[in-house]
Amino acid sequence: MTEAVVQPTLRLGLVGSPNSGKTTLFNALTGLRAKVGNYPGVTVERREGTARLDGQTVRVIDLPGTYGLEPMSPDEAVVSRVLAGEVADVAPPDALVVTVDACAISRSLGFVAELINQDLPTCLVLTMTDELQARGGKLDLDRLRAALGIPVLGVVGHRGIGLDFLRQLLARPSAWERPPIPPPRDAEERHAWCESVLERVLLRAPGRDSWTEQIDRVVLHPLGGTALFIAVMVLFFQLIFAWATPAMDAIDAGMNVLASGVRAALPPGLLADFLSDGLIAGVGSVVIFLPQITLLFGLLYLLEDVGYMARAAFVVDRLMARIGLEGRAFVALLSSYACAIPGIMAARTVPSPRQRLVTILVAPLMTCSARLPVYALLIAAFVPNTTVLGGLLGLQGLVLLGLYLLGAVTALMAAALLSRFVVGHASLPFVLELPPYRMPRFRLWIGQVWGAASSFLRRAGTIILLVSIVLWGLLTYPRVEAPAGASQVEANRYALEHSAAGSLGRAIEPAIAPLGFDWKIGVGLVASLAAREVIVATLAQVYAASEEDGTSLRNAIREDVDPRSGERVFTPASVASLLIFFVFALQCMSTLAVMRRETNSWRWPAFAFAYLFGLAYGASFLTYRIVSAFTA
Amino acid sequence: MSESLSLSGLPIGAAATVIAVDAAEPLGTRLRDLGLHPGTKVICLRRAPLGDPRIYELRGVQLCLRGSEARKVRVSADD
Repeated sequence: MTEAVVQPTLRLGLVGSPNSGKTTLFNALTGLRAKVGNYPGVTVERREGTARLDGQTVRVIDLPGTYGLEPMSPDEAVVSRVLAGEVADVAPPDALVVTVDACAISRSLGFVAELINQDLPTCLVLTMTDELQARGGKLDLDRLRAALGIPVLGVVGHRGIGLDFLRQLLARPSAWERPPIPPPRDAEERHAWCESVLERVLLRAPGRDSWTEQIDRVVLHPLGGTALFIAVMVLFFQLIFAWATPAMDAIDAGMNVLASGVRAALPPGLLADFLSDGLIAGVGSVVIFLPQITLLFGLLYLLEDVGYMARAAFVVDRLMARIGLEGRAFVALLSSYACAIPGIMAARTVPSPRQRLVTILVAPLMTCSARLPVYALLIAAFVPNTTVLGGLLGLQGLVLLGLYLLGAVTALMAAALLSRFVVGHASLPFVLELPPYRMPRFRLWIGQVWGAASSFLRRAGTIILLVSIVLWGLLTYPRVEAPAGASQVEANRYALEHSAAGSLGRAIEPAIAPLGFDWKIGVGLVASLAAREVIVATLAQVYAASEEDGTSLRNAIREDVDPRSGERVFTPASVASLLIFFVFALQCMSTLAVMRRETNSWRWPAFAFAYLFGLAYGASFLTYRIVSAFTA
Repeated sequence: MSESLSLSGLPIGAAATVIAVDAAEPLGTRLRDLGLHPGTKVICLRRAPLGDPRIYELRGVQLCLRGSEARKVRVSADD
């Protein structure tokens, strides 16, 4: 075998501040086909893509947005470490492409100087030159080119004007002009140098965007702005809580039709069971999240592109600051009320990697909609349907509200504690730029939403599918035939009791007995790993109650008696304990899979599972003890 | 030239010139990276409904800073 002499692929590093149009340029060059990963050791997203430039294939590395090169935190140091070639598996780029918002040139020139000092071929792309013009600003590109000694190119950010010429330029960094005298390296001298360059090139500083000023008068008005913020958050909530439901029901129904079709077409046996109950149901448990994810990200990216999300973060920042987070974490936590999956994914909009991690770790504490069927069953069965406070409030509703509040308050406390003791406070100040309002770009928006959905399907969906098939196996095998003459529900119950999950439930009984749970609840807890609400169907199967009739399960668990002690299995203490367990425990492998996808390691999902399980166990234990003492 | 005050104490709508950034590192570097150098013109545009943070306009950018950071920037109010 002879080794072919391959020209090593040119690697272009894309550097720039947040909001500088860097990601837009990256997408324009690579056509949204980015390979997304993480940098080793930090939760900083790593994006690389391939671009065809002037007949040549070029690797484009989208380096994290930053305002300077001086390393300030391990997360931020990624850019300077990549440039220095200190990051394992990431070869340093051969040339740098610096994006600067033309309106922010006065702020960004120092950063450009720092990058020129990296001694790599460097070129400057001034984005949004049309905005500079619209805001009455003027910049002399030829003079800037001469002053910096590097190629400078202006592009109209959103419509791709100037991109063809840019592609040709980017294909040949070896031909780029290099500065005869590099900018000063000392910070103070560099600043003086920047001021002198600006004097020569910035003919007129941009004024305020008049549209933005008009709109902000309403959007950021102390009262009007707050009202709008609440309205938008209600819209988010409504979107994933209510409006996603028809699509989710349709997916559920479609999967059921498909499963029964397969069952009808195949001879009864292992294959038919696997396909209908294992595979199709497993695919369904992945696809079921798509309506929520696409709706949430549809609205999120739309508002982000328009410029509202930064304003929403500004409005709510004061509240979030109290728990060590910032305004942008709000939407993620709010979304988690519907489901932690889209919520955890929405934490991507939190720029500080540490705060993003804290947001991800506490999101499962928000009461998701999968807990509702569990709460509903237990509350309906054991909380008397009476009113309190002179008939004003129903006791059942009050208990439900209490469970919601308990989750929310715990999430806020956990966020404060985690950012103080586990993840570490962001060492950097909260920084938020308010971009001018812009028209959303439909194609970019579709690409963003599709990116969110497809990354969920590829990266988390595969894990969810695998685990749900394994869980199905545990609940079905080993298959033991029920004694002859047993009814269908009896046979189902018998099969579950003798399955691996049944044995598992019995095996963990000693561990969960201190919480007041018997083996039947144990089986339910094992099954609920697939999704919390599955415990209801599993309990129905264990109690041989027909699923269609909610009251039969309610009555069955009310009257269940432990054959050994002769006492009721579900006492006020054990029910309270089980409710508390569901408030805290992270019994949802889909959440774990998404955490793994978003943090790119099993470390944080494992941590979240452990701390939430510990919390659930401890709180349930105490609840069981306390309520037992009062009701004995 | 009027007397110096901290950026966080600048009234809404008022313009000022940065005199110095007194923050310890790494905050000082970050604030300078954001364009807050001696001589930079700043206008306080508005504050959030709950009083904090505030939006400042400087060097063509609208920047949102919390009081805890803005306190570290000394400015003199422009007349």
